[in-house]
Amino acid sequence: MLAIYWVYLKITVALQFQYRVAMAVWMINRIVEPTVFLVVWVTVAAARGTVGGYGAADFAAYFIVLMVVNQLTFTWIIYEFEYRVRSGELAAVLLMPIHPFHSDVADNIGYKILTLIIIVPVVILLTVLFDPAFGFRAASLALGTVALAAAYWMRMVLDWTFALSAFWTTRSTALAQIYFLVMLFFSGRLAPLELMPPWLERLSWYLPFRWTIWFPVELLLNRLDRAMIVTGFQMQVLWLVVGLVLLQVGWKLGVRKFTAVGN
Amino acid sequence: MLAVDVRELTKTYVVPEREAGLAAAARSLFARRTRSVAAVTEVSFGLEPGEFVGFVGPNGAGKTTTLKMLSGLLFPSSGHATVLGHVPSKRERAFLSRITLVMGQRNQMIWDIPVIDSLERNRVVYRVPSADYRRTLDELTELLELGELLERPARNLSLGERMKCEIAVSLIHRPRVLFLDEPTIGLDVTMQRRIRTFLADHNRLHNTTVLLTSHYMADVEALCKRIIVIDHGRILFDGALTDLVARFSPLKTVVVEVQQEGADLSRYGQVVTSEGLRHTLRVPKADTPQVTGRLLADLPVIDLTVEDPPIEDVIAQVFAGALDRSGHPAEA
Repeated sequence: MLAIYWVYLKITVALQFQYRVAMAVWMINRIVEPTVFLVVWVTVAAARGTVGGYGAADFAAYFIVLMVVNQLTFTWIIYEFEYRVRSGELAAVLLMPIHPFHSDVADNIGYKILTLIIIVPVVILLTVLFDPAFGFRAASLALGTVALAAAYWMRMVLDWTFALSAFWTTRSTALAQIYFLVMLFFSGRLAPLELMPPWLERLSWYLPFRWTIWFPVELLLNRLDRAMIVTGFQMQVLWLVVGLVLLQVGWKLGVRKFTAVGN
Repeated sequence: MLAVDVRELTKTYVVPEREAGLAAAARSLFARRTRSVAAVTEVSFGLEPGEFVGFVGPNGAGKTTTLKMLSGLLFPSSGHATVLGHVPSKRERAFLSRITLVMGQRNQMIWDIPVIDSLERNRVVYRVPSADYRRTLDELTELLELGELLERPARNLSLGERMKCEIAVSLIHRPRVLFLDEPTIGLDVTMQRRIRTFLADHNRLHNTTVLLTSHYMADVEALCKRIIVIDHGRILFDGALTDLVARFSPLKTVVVEVQQEGADLSRYGQVVTSEGLRHTLRVPKADTPQVTGRLLADLPVIDLTVEDPPIEDVIAQVFAGALDRSGHPAEA
């Protein structure tokens, strides 16, 4: 299986080199969004001293780490999958004796490796400009890396499962806009979740998004107590299991639907 | 054991249906009307290992639907099929690793990278041992004259070059059963011939079982001893190509050249063309010996040939309803 991942990874790298400009343009969104929030919150905190316990340097640290976590865990599979179903390209995928999830993961990882070339200098630049208060400790970095890896798989599995909706609707990307909007509010991308209205913060516990962004960010920054760390990992495992079950069932039903109708 | 065993395979699509206009569109939001369309109806046939069979029919006859059901891309509505002992709709890895489906206008190659990278991907995905891969690639490169094409991205290839590479990518794992859907569509005559020669060689060398659909009867004539004719989802004929002509074409074509300007040959048979000294006649098959004898005796004949009508004409006659559903000529 590793050989399969490796061959797809090489293909992705080759493809990305063909489309260097597209790759850079794609990156902009994931750099601009956290940078805008960073600037806004740092400005607010600078004017008021602190906001909900976060000072300007805390906000800077939060959004810089968030940028990295979001970049490493995001997927574009929902758009990709809809194209495959709509164009009939899925037929070629279905002829292969391998679950397409694997090639998508390898494809995703290949892109991420290449985009480090852009994200690393951006992080260094923001660090110099905003003087963030990174609270990194060896243990927090080690556990945070595990949480980040789990968050990657969570997003990959959950987004892939959501992408399966393309089997039932030809406009799954329209539905995805709602999905992404919910994710924006409940993941901590807009602001640290502690600063959100209490009802929203409470609700975020029961959705997967909090555990894919906010949890690894706060863990890396060494801001979580032991109880929260345990809960975070438990929730990650729970959502991963739920996602994998849904993915398997959804894929079987989806293929059955696709092969009933054809394309 | 049959390589492909198909029994009463049926595929019915349920398609939405509504009248034109805004009111109908609004009504369809609440009460969606559908109707069933039978794409393939109780199709049965079997292919022996190593057989090369032509699957012929007009557009919408059910050819591609059948091929898709046999390659696990479509779930049959009823009936049963096995390919190499596997039920295609189960889509088992062992099944998918031993078949291929080449669709003329669909692409298994990755568009933006060199063809060799798509081949390499299939080597890994299909778990082809390196030595086998090298041997197969050398053979495909030679037979299909791929050469430097392998280093070029698929998007930079011409239609014909792309099809050759597409075939190579589809065969690198040495499938035992090939479903070929219009592999020569849109290609020029030279490229059609090259692909035809390759398919014949490949079938002979590896004893692969091939089911081929093509609109070019030259493909079918060159490659297939056996032909299955399908129309409106039903099989109209299944047998040797020569039998199709013998059974369904009651006429022979006689081409005669005589040393006499303006000769009237209508008493010998139906005159199809008369160009100068050369005349083409259609003659009932049973009367052919007698008619050719009379022509030779009555006229100063320079040249005379007797041919079966072109296979396209025979097939067209089949589709035009010249035979009933039982597979016999409708006429008395």
